[in-house]
Order: sequence, then structure tokens, then C-alpha cells
Amino acid sequence: MSEFTLQNAVVVADGETLPGLQDIAVVDGVVVEIGEDIAVRGEAVDCAGAWVGPGFVDMHTHLREPGQEWKEDITTGSRAAAAGGYTAVVAMPNTDPVVDSGYLARFISDRGKQVGLVEVVPSGAITEGRAGEKLAHLDEMWSAGVTLFTDDGDSVADAGLLRRAMEYLAERGGVVAQHCIDAGLASGGQMHEGEVSSRLGMAGIPGEAEEIVIARDLSLVRLTGARYHVQHLSTAGAVALIADAKEEGLLVTAEVTPHHLLFDHSFVEDSNPMFKMMPPLRSPSDVAAVRQGLRTGVIDVVGTDHAPHAEHETDHPWEDSPFGVTGLEWAAAVVNTVAALPPEDFFNVMSTAPAAIVGLETQGRLAAGQSANLVVFDPEAVANTERTVSRSSNAPYLGMELSGGVVHTVYQGEFTVRNGTLTDLAGVAG
Amino acid sequence: MKNLLTMEGVDRATLDSLLDDADEFYEVMHRPIPKVPALRGKAVAMMFFEPSTRTKMSFDAAAKALSADVVSFSPGTSSLKKGESLKDTVLTVKAMGVDLMVVRHKSTGAAWRVAEWSRLPVVNGGDGAHQHPTQALLDSLTLRQHFGTLEGLRIAIVGDIRHSRVARSDAWAFTTLGAEVTMVAPPTLLPPDLTGWPVTATSNFDEVLSEVDAVYVLRVQAERGGASVFPSVAEYRERFGMTDARMARLKPEAIVLHPGPMIRGIEIDAGVADDPRCKVLEQVTNGVAVRMAALFQLLGGSRDE
Repeated sequence: MSEFTLQNAVVVADGETLPGLQDIAVVDGVVVEIGEDIAVRGEAVDCAGAWVGPGFVDMHTHLREPGQEWKEDITTGSRAAAAGGYTAVVAMPNTDPVVDSGYLARFISDRGKQVGLVEVVPSGAITEGRAGEKLAHLDEMWSAGVTLFTDDGDSVADAGLLRRAMEYLAERGGVVAQHCIDAGLASGGQMHEGEVSSRLGMAGIPGEAEEIVIARDLSLVRLTGARYHVQHLSTAGAVALIADAKEEGLLVTAEVTPHHLLFDHSFVEDSNPMFKMMPPLRSPSDVAAVRQGLRTGVIDVVGTDHAPHAEHETDHPWEDSPFGVTGLEWAAAVVNTVAALPPEDFFNVMSTAPAAIVGLETQGRLAAGQSANLVVFDPEAVANTERTVSRSSNAPYLGMELSGGVVHTVYQGEFTVRNGTLTDLAGVAG
Repeated sequence: MKNLLTMEGVDRATLDSLLDDADEFYEVMHRPIPKVPALRGKAVAMMFFEPSTRTKMSFDAAAKALSADVVSFSPGTSSLKKGESLKDTVLTVKAMGVDLMVVRHKSTGAAWRVAEWSRLPVVNGGDGAHQHPTQALLDSLTLRQHFGTLEGLRIAIVGDIRHSRVARSDAWAFTTLGAEVTMVAPPTLLPPDLTGWPVTATSNFDEVLSEVDAVYVLRVQAERGGASVFPSVAEYRERFGMTDARMARLKPEAIVLHPGPMIRGIEIDAGVADDPRCKVLEQVTNGVAVRMAALFQLLGGSRDE
């Protein structure tokens, strides 16, 4: 195990931005001391005023393993996560087979440990095979450590079924996370319904397709007392619903993706499939609302919805291309670019809040005595948008100018990224 | 002009130039030997990934009248059925040595992708419900032939605007050429948001009927989901059909256009379809003339040959 001391950093520890520049000493995987001009343990690493906080935690990652390894696998997805400053990712269950039972959840976390670059946390499907017909093996998955359940990719449409899932998980404290799109209202939709879809002649998905699912689910939350999490929230109306639900005291959290923070539906004008997402890129007023929601805390977390697809799947006209883009490597830069949050709020939405929602004990908190899962992020740096380490390159950010770069990522006391580059630990040269 | 992909944002001078050339080719079409050597040695690929008879035949006729060679692609018997991607199909056809591609595809933006991949001049022969620029040119030519100019004309486009690439192309071409356009459709067949369109819209056909110089009747497109968006065909005909009774209420000098194929008894009565003021067959003839103009301009043909 290594010893090192990060020096001259703006440190966010236990949710507070410490005054001035501070040092952090790490010994044998544990943060042993934080303070000004502390005694150097091991190698001294100058952070030159960059921010240091708990490693990022992504509540919404598609690692594609098992079953779609041509897009991504747990190794390549872990590399992309480390490159983006993450020390934990929650793997979405819409793999092939779907993670809807205990042994599959254990497979995901075991593979994550073998790769060893980030903590890979399985989530589980709410319904068997994500078919929306009967409950998945929630008990087995809970025993395997799953705390977040979702049929991500589809909404659980049957209110009776969702109610039972909520009742079951409310007792244990599990989180019901919903991909909120009403299939009937979205029917055949290719992009946000509005002036751009009208001009392009594409079938639209109105914002209401998201909002009516949230509104219905909030009624079920009142009925059951369940913890409820809205995945990839995208509309102004949805932000308002969550604000009201929080005011009311419901146990509700919400997530926004980097792409919904950065892009509006005008980016679809030339029908480049790099901008095809579900939910779709919304109107400029929706983008303004989700940015504001993130600043004011109505939206709790940034989740990437990192959704790799191979080039042979995306190099098509719009309607023949799949929904989804990658994002792990640029999420922090996007948030830094559009939201300009102070360091303590930045690390909250990127790390502390998602770790708390999922219940990760060794993540989301930088403090003496804690496991050394941390990231050095330079908000002034130019983000590297020249390349990706994911297996797939369906990223609208490639070639863009974004401010903020991951300098070092430290997972369990070891560097997975140094000076913006994956280390040998990640098993790739350069 | 590098490609002909859309009518949106195309300026007046470009449209006038295409229509002027089309007038000349219209004259060529009526010569005893209706053929010029302008594109001799050039090869045009017809890439129709969606069923089409008339548009493909019209482009074929236009290319041949300019002495270009034509290679045709038909999806039913092609490698697409075997799983080949559109991109590979396009690159394969390009490698056979073609100079221009005419593309029809069900997806919005397909012709743009083909232009990027092939780096050849591309004519959009229809992309989803988005654009069909040569249709707008032939419609404009038909109106210009009849009225001398589109300046000051009032035109109603009636029917399934939401799913119509013809309406999306005509709206821009007609208004750029100086006409006023009203979209007439039930709310379920209007686009959800007309912000930025140079048109007005109404669901009351009879309100505008007596004031317009031309009625452009669109086909009800059952294959694009048109059938489930109004309660019955009889009701549609009653409110939006170009019936004999409505024909009688048009201004005497007004004309009727239709992109074809017409469905008699639904959007157009047989009496209207056969009326001399219905210009459907002139539109078909003009289709060849405007496609000759488009191919000629894109392939840099010289009029002096």
C-alpha cells in the first residue's frame, strides 16, 4: 500500500470547504490527516490550488456487462469512471440477462472488485426481466447488497405493481428509482416535442410524458412511505413537482444528467445521433430550470446515464440509432462549466448526495480515518475532450470546450488516474 | 449549390434560378427529341430506401433526358436485407463510380448523413416527414406557370401537415417566392408547434376556401399513423376533403394541386380530380423538368454543350 501527501489543495472535507490551502495525508488506503502544512508522509504531490474532495459517485451507469460487451464491460467502464474522477458507480440492471436476482447482483459487484478501479455497486430491476409484469427477486437482491431498484430504460407502468414494490422496499429502506416516461404519450417519439421536432417532422415526446409519471408516483409515495428517486429528470415541470414534494416532506430525491444540463433540443437540428437521448434534450427553458434546480438543491445529484453504444450502432440516420450517450469522463467538467457551483456544493451533487442515497459507507465523504476515495479536480483546467477510454465513443462532448479537469483519482488509497492519465493500475498504457 | 437537401433557408435567387432552368428543360421535354447531352458521362444513383414509384421514375426520366447514366438501388432485393448498414451500402454504391445520389429514406436527416458519408452531391428525395425539396420545386413551377408569379398568391395546404414532408418543403418554398400560406388541418394533424414557420394555421377549411388562389390537397397518410388521429374517414372528408361542393365555392381562377397518389373519395372527389383546374398531371410533367434542373446544377452541367 502506498503513502502520499496531497499538498496545497482547496479541500472539501465533511461537506465543508476548508479555509485556504490544505494538505491531505494518505497511508495504507486511509486518510490519516488533513490540515495546513502537515508532516509529509510518503510522496509529496502538489495540487497547486486544485480542489480535493470525495471521489465522485455515479448513481446511473450502464456498464453493459453481462451481455453487451461490445459496447462496454466492467473493465472499460471502470476505466472511464476513474478517468472521470469516480470512485463508485451504480450499475444499471438493464443488461442481458437483466439483473433481477441475487446471483446476478453478486456477479456485478464481484467483477467490479476483480477490476478494482472503482466500487461497482449493483442496482436491481423492480420487475422480473424488466417486463413490468411481476416483482423481481427484491429479497435476494437486497441480501446481495442492492439498495436501489429500477427498471431503467422503461417506467414501471402498472401502478399496482409499483405500489407493491414500494411497500416491500419501504420496510427495508430501499430506494425505488424510476425512469419516468409514459409509454403511451411518448409513443414512437424520437426527440422532445416542440418547435424543433415540428420542423424536423419527427414524432415528439412531450415533457408531460415525464411529468405525469412523476405525479402518479408521488401519489404512491404518499400511500406507501417509500423512498423514491427520479432518474434523469429533464423538464421544468418535473423540477416543480419535486420541489413541491420536498416541501411536503416526502422522501424524494432527483437526478439530472450532464447532457440535460448542457444541451437543449436545438442541438438536434442537424439530426446528429450523438444528441439522441431518453429522455430527450428539452427546450431552453427546461435546461434553465434543471440548472436552477441543481443550484438550489431541488435536484440532489448529477447522474451520468453513461450509455455506451458501438459505432456500428450509432453511425446511422437518427431514427435507426439507439438512445443514449456516454458521459462518465466529462460529467464533472459539464457541471463545473454550466453550474459554477462552490466547491462544497459541487462535491455534494457529484459525490456526497449520491453516496448517501445509495447508502455507500466508504464513499462520498473525505475525513481523517475514512477510506481514501478521493479526486483532485482543477476547475480552471481545460477538459480533455480529445479522446475517450470507454469502449464506445458515442459522446457529444468529444471536441467540445469544457472547463474543469480531473487531475488525480484515488481509489482505496491508490492512484487510478495521475495527471489526467490512467495509471498502470488501470491496465492500460498511457 | 453543393446538395439539394431542404427548402428551409434556401434563398429566392437559388429558387428562381432552379425554376428558370426548369422552364428551359420543360421546353426540351416538348421537343421532338426530348433529350440533351448535358450530363453525358455522368452517373446518377437512385437510392430509394422507401417504396416509391413516381418520384423514382421521375428522377430516372430527368437523368436520362440529360443523357446521364442511372444506377438504381432497390432495398427489397439488396444487401440491406442481409444486414448491411446504410453507410456501407452508400460507400459500396459510391465505389461503383457514381457522381450524384438521389436518396429517399424513412428517417429524418438521412440524406444529410449520406452526403457526409459519400462526399458526393446529394438530392434529398424525401427524408421521413421532414423535407422533399424537388416536390416543392415542381409545385412552385406549376403555380408559376399558371399565375406568372407566386408573389401575392394565397395558398391553402390542406390535410396531414404533421406527417407531410411535402407541406414542410412547400411552406418554405412558396413563402420565399412571395406567397402567403395557410395550413388547414384538424388539430391532430397539425405539427405540435409552428413557431418559426412562415405560415398561419386553421382547422376551418371553409373559412379560407373562397379567399385562396390555390388549394394544395395532401394525401391522408395511413402508413405514417394518419389513420388513428381522426375518428372516421367520412368525418375527415366532410371537414377537410376537397369535395365537388367546395370546388364550386373556389374563386373561378383558383387551381387545385395534389402531390399524388390521390385517394379519390377521401381527400379529393373524383369530380375535382378530373376538373381542368386540378393540375395534378402538369405537376407530374413539371417534376421531370425541375429534377433535370437540380441534377444539371449539382453536376455542373454546361448549357453550351
